[in-house]
Amino acid sequence: MIAESAIREPLVTGGKTVHDVTEDISGRVEQKPTKTWMLAMAVSLATLAVGGYAVMRLVWDGIGMWGLNKTVGWAWDITNFVWWVGIGHAGTLISAILLLFRQRWRMSINRAAEAMTIFAVICAAMFPVLHMGRPWLGFYWALPLPNTFGSLWVNFNSPLLWDVFAISTYFSVSLVFWYIGLIPDFATIRDRATNKISAAVYGALSFGWDGAAKTWSRYETVALILAGLATPLVLSVHTIVSFDFATSVIPGWHTTIFPPYFVAGAIFSGFAMVLTLLIITRRVYKLEDYITLQHIELMNIVIIITGSIVGIAYITEFFIAWYSGVEAEQYAFINRATGPYAWAYWSMMTCNVISPQLFWRKKIRTNIAATFVISIIVNIGMWFERFVIIVTSLHRDFLPSSWAMFYPKWADVGVYIFTFGLFFTLFFAFAKFFPVINMAEVKSIVKATGEKKQA
Amino acid sequence: MAHTSNYILGVYDDEDVLLKAIKNVREGGVKIHEVYSPFPVHGIDDVLGYKRSRLTIVAFLFGLLGTSLALTMQFGMMTIDWPMIIGGKDYAPVPSFIPVTFELTVLLASFGMVGTFMIISNLKPWGKAKLFDKRITDDKHIMAIDLGNNQLEESAIDKLLKDSGASEVNKKTL
Repeated sequence: MIAESAIREPLVTGGKTVHDVTEDISGRVEQKPTKTWMLAMAVSLATLAVGGYAVMRLVWDGIGMWGLNKTVGWAWDITNFVWWVGIGHAGTLISAILLLFRQRWRMSINRAAEAMTIFAVICAAMFPVLHMGRPWLGFYWALPLPNTFGSLWVNFNSPLLWDVFAISTYFSVSLVFWYIGLIPDFATIRDRATNKISAAVYGALSFGWDGAAKTWSRYETVALILAGLATPLVLSVHTIVSFDFATSVIPGWHTTIFPPYFVAGAIFSGFAMVLTLLIITRRVYKLEDYITLQHIELMNIVIIITGSIVGIAYITEFFIAWYSGVEAEQYAFINRATGPYAWAYWSMMTCNVISPQLFWRKKIRTNIAATFVISIIVNIGMWFERFVIIVTSLHRDFLPSSWAMFYPKWADVGVYIFTFGLFFTLFFAFAKFFPVINMAEVKSIVKATGEKKQA
Repeated sequence: MAHTSNYILGVYDDEDVLLKAIKNVREGGVKIHEVYSPFPVHGIDDVLGYKRSRLTIVAFLFGLLGTSLALTMQFGMMTIDWPMIIGGKDYAPVPSFIPVTFELTVLLASFGMVGTFMIISNLKPWGKAKLFDKRITDDKHIMAIDLGNNQLEESAIDKLLKDSGASEVNKKTL
């Protein structure tokens, strides 16, 4: 029995019964694809194809297709990598950290958020892999295999290698966590299946789940331990991504504040992306009773907190650059704010530091249109953050004679577009064929925290 | 399946009624085969007398294995097989080994625990669910009682289930 304070707002509105939850969510999977969905999928596939051409040319002709030069050796590629990994932080944070804190509002948003995490990490992984130039040799370079081109092992002193382990562990553990949660829901769809194909497919996907109390008991232990393992994992991933920069000697990168600052930024952008996607999903699938205004408000509060941490981190960086007395460091930061990339710096400051502060007003944080717009602004800002950190720190090198600017070529844009196509294709496929809300978990709270049916 | 048994199934609509019913039925001297639910019912392990899962220990042991494998691999490669000085660091750069060690610990702990869970709970892609009722995965809780395992008369169990709040009592041979 779950007890819930009477003054708490209900997490599930509209007087839903347990059976209604099954109908509402499974019904989406069973119905024929709608015209809107077909159109959305067609656009995603077209985007994927256009971007696919850019990826093909990049692999065929080489990394010279990108606008990188000798001074700016990392630009859009790593910016996009860090941006996508950051977006991939919200899902596991919602399902793991909020599970440990026993936050029940996570239950109707965790499924979609975790799916988003997994797809975002796939998109992120594209960039370092493509940056290798010859990705088919990547196994020898990135994995600890005896190198057939010499006798060397991989270098465990390199944060880039730590990244390989961190991202692949994060991806696999998130996938397992997500899948474990899906099994009971696949069983629900299996038992409702009216045709042979879906009975066979969802039968296989549900792994022979029968809902026994013993299995549920073990399942809950597994979910709890996975949450305990995934919590430090999710914090470690962006920490290690930040090591790619922080362990270098480049002014502007060589900053001890990076790990917490990157993690906060990742959660910030991840929640923004969850909001962008869920506001659409909720509208299209009419899930207003499951993803309520309260859910949106709570996510906006997380955005205020993490956005403020990011803002403080920006200011601290500046202060420490001045306080350190290191001229190169001071120059790197003055150049960021006033140099040729000042427009990027101030876009970042406006989008990331000012826009989330609007959520202090209850009117704005409970307004869906405003939330949608700000969630997109936040993600634009977070893209600029990575661009600013990477490109402005590199473009004015130690020798003024090698100072340069970065100009993206069409392949930079094309590969970025490719990842959008990939992300949305996967997300729309998920939204159609998978239950978008964790039915089993929501059912367990319907009685305690659901709105009572109006007489 | 060669072996079949006759079951009496109590169907319950509400999880709190179910919890009380389990208590009553067990006090009535009936051995419950298993209870099936559409969602995890809080407190059901206690009333059914299930012990806490030892999967936590499994996770810990797999984690330990991950830590040892990671350290063995890194020291083996960087310190023993091909020692080299990189960036002025030691042949055995312990701080550099921490991230990979942590990741492999988490990876093995998670996969080992989930794999064990799948095996002991008989969950596999080609697995066929032994379903007493299709509504289990929708909104009904089913208490299954194996007649062969109980001394009580069928009618007595029937009455016990109905008195404890079951909305239906069915029979099934599996």
